[in-house]
Amino acid sequence: MIINGVTIDQTFAEAFPMKATRAIITAQNEKWAMISAQAMTGFATSVIACGCEAGIERVLGSSETPDGRPGVSIMIFAMGGKGLAKQLETRAGQCVLTSPTSALFAGIDGGIRIPLGKNLRYFGDGFQISKVISGKRYWRIPVMDGEFLAEATTGRVDAVGGGNFLVLAESQPQALAACEAAIEEMRKIANVIMPFPGGVVRSGSKVGSKYKALNASTNDAFCPTLKGMTKTDLSPAIESVMEIVIDGLTKEDIAKAMRVGIQAVCDLGADNGIKRISAGNYGGKLGPFHFHLQEIMA
Amino acid sequence: MNALTFTLKHRPDQRVDMSPLVCHQLKELAASDIAALTLQSGKRKLRVDELFTIDGSDAQNIVINNSAAKLDFIGKDLEGGSITVAGDAGAYLGFGMKSGEIKVLGNAGLYAACEMKNGYLEIAGNSGNFLGAALPGNKMGMKGGIILVKGCAGERAGDHMRRGTILIEGNAGDYCGSRMTAGTIAVMGQTGRYLGYAMRRGTLLLWNQPQLSASFNDCGAHTLAFLPILFASLTKLNSSFADKTAAFNRVRRYAGDMSETGRGEVLVKL
Repeated sequence: MIINGVTIDQTFAEAFPMKATRAIITAQNEKWAMISAQAMTGFATSVIACGCEAGIERVLGSSETPDGRPGVSIMIFAMGGKGLAKQLETRAGQCVLTSPTSALFAGIDGGIRIPLGKNLRYFGDGFQISKVISGKRYWRIPVMDGEFLAEATTGRVDAVGGGNFLVLAESQPQALAACEAAIEEMRKIANVIMPFPGGVVRSGSKVGSKYKALNASTNDAFCPTLKGMTKTDLSPAIESVMEIVIDGLTKEDIAKAMRVGIQAVCDLGADNGIKRISAGNYGGKLGPFHFHLQEIMA
Repeated sequence: MNALTFTLKHRPDQRVDMSPLVCHQLKELAASDIAALTLQSGKRKLRVDELFTIDGSDAQNIVINNSAAKLDFIGKDLEGGSITVAGDAGAYLGFGMKSGEIKVLGNAGLYAACEMKNGYLEIAGNSGNFLGAALPGNKMGMKGGIILVKGCAGERAGDHMRRGTILIEGNAGDYCGSRMTAGTIAVMGQTGRYLGYAMRRGTLLLWNQPQLSASFNDCGAHTLAFLPILFASLTKLNSSFADKTAAFNRVRRYAGDMSETGRGEVLVKL
């Protein structure tokens, strides 16, 4: 398949079941909601070493938030429910509770309930106040700038993590420009996050390593500087490869995000140095979710 | 199906215990069985059809017409369905109700919503003393749900209240929120003396500056984030509380009752 001169490989991205949750952070203005959200989703690019994958889903207007202030929706993904709950709580405690003027609300009403402000309330040292409004419990925790308001719980749901595609380009700036264009479009899709810095990862990995201590290492088949010394997957014209990883609440959400992302890359086309779109997989043996690129773009 | 309607034939001489006439107890009964039910009235037991003319068949939607202040225990332990009281209700309206909806078009007597657990109770007129309170000797009053009084409430509204929301559009009598354990009472009108007497936790949300006892301490003026959420939850009510202009988030906060644990609060609109 070729779109605007860009070859779409006949391959698939392989993704895994994960647990996910969503929280809504509000603040006095969008600037401070975003600062808090960025802190909460920091150091959360990959479950390999971060414990979770997290990202900003979108900015919310005042009319979309529970307390009528500007807000940001964030999502956190982890391999297990316990790990997710721990990450959510520690991040909320260190990054949102501490952030000036912030408030924290559930972003998923259904699902299995996991603590959001339920345990953070103990920071109030006995001065915390509970309010049950329309069946939801909120905790009012006195802090130095006023009160930190946090909903007691949020929902945890089954989700999918690890959807991806690779952008193969003639140069590094062209690969990055294409990924930036893709991310801009993908951020308009609900229920997905792209957890890596700026949504783009330049260090895609393969399973295993020559070093026993490591269970993942650089994806040498896609490293352009190794073209002459490894079993490469790159043609001579390709000088740079970047990857976009997507976590989503459902398989359909990820497929939708992949489609708009790949389309944005293809819109730049061969004229802008984009040669191929490929995807990372493990032969289909590890992850139950397979996103075939050509089917998605059909 | 039309609402199951009980129209009072004449004013009873004695007080009447209306507790058998609730939706969940009548839904399986035929009209003749309902007519044959007996209601305690003083020391006598009266058949329902001695007191009421019965029309309609939808037991999930009960209407009591010509209701009078001697009809006690209307909606006792209600579990779903709705009861509309055209007229006044006696004491213990909605006693221990668990869910569903009760609307009184007139006034209600003592102990309305006493130990209410959940649901919605609306009183278009005034309510008597001990609204949403606990029975004498008991420690837990209202535990959930919403009470809306469009008129005024008597003394001791929310006495021993544990959870839930009481909304009073008019005035509240003395000892409003006394011995509260938690929950929220909002009063748009004036409040009487001894506001929040011995309250442990909970919120008294007031539109007018109250006469506070010395055991309430001024914590200053604040903008509180939970208030917009509280007001947003009331927008569907047929009430002044639903009016967007009624909402505010700027209050003066008083903590008390310091003669108790002092974790309660009186919030006064600024």
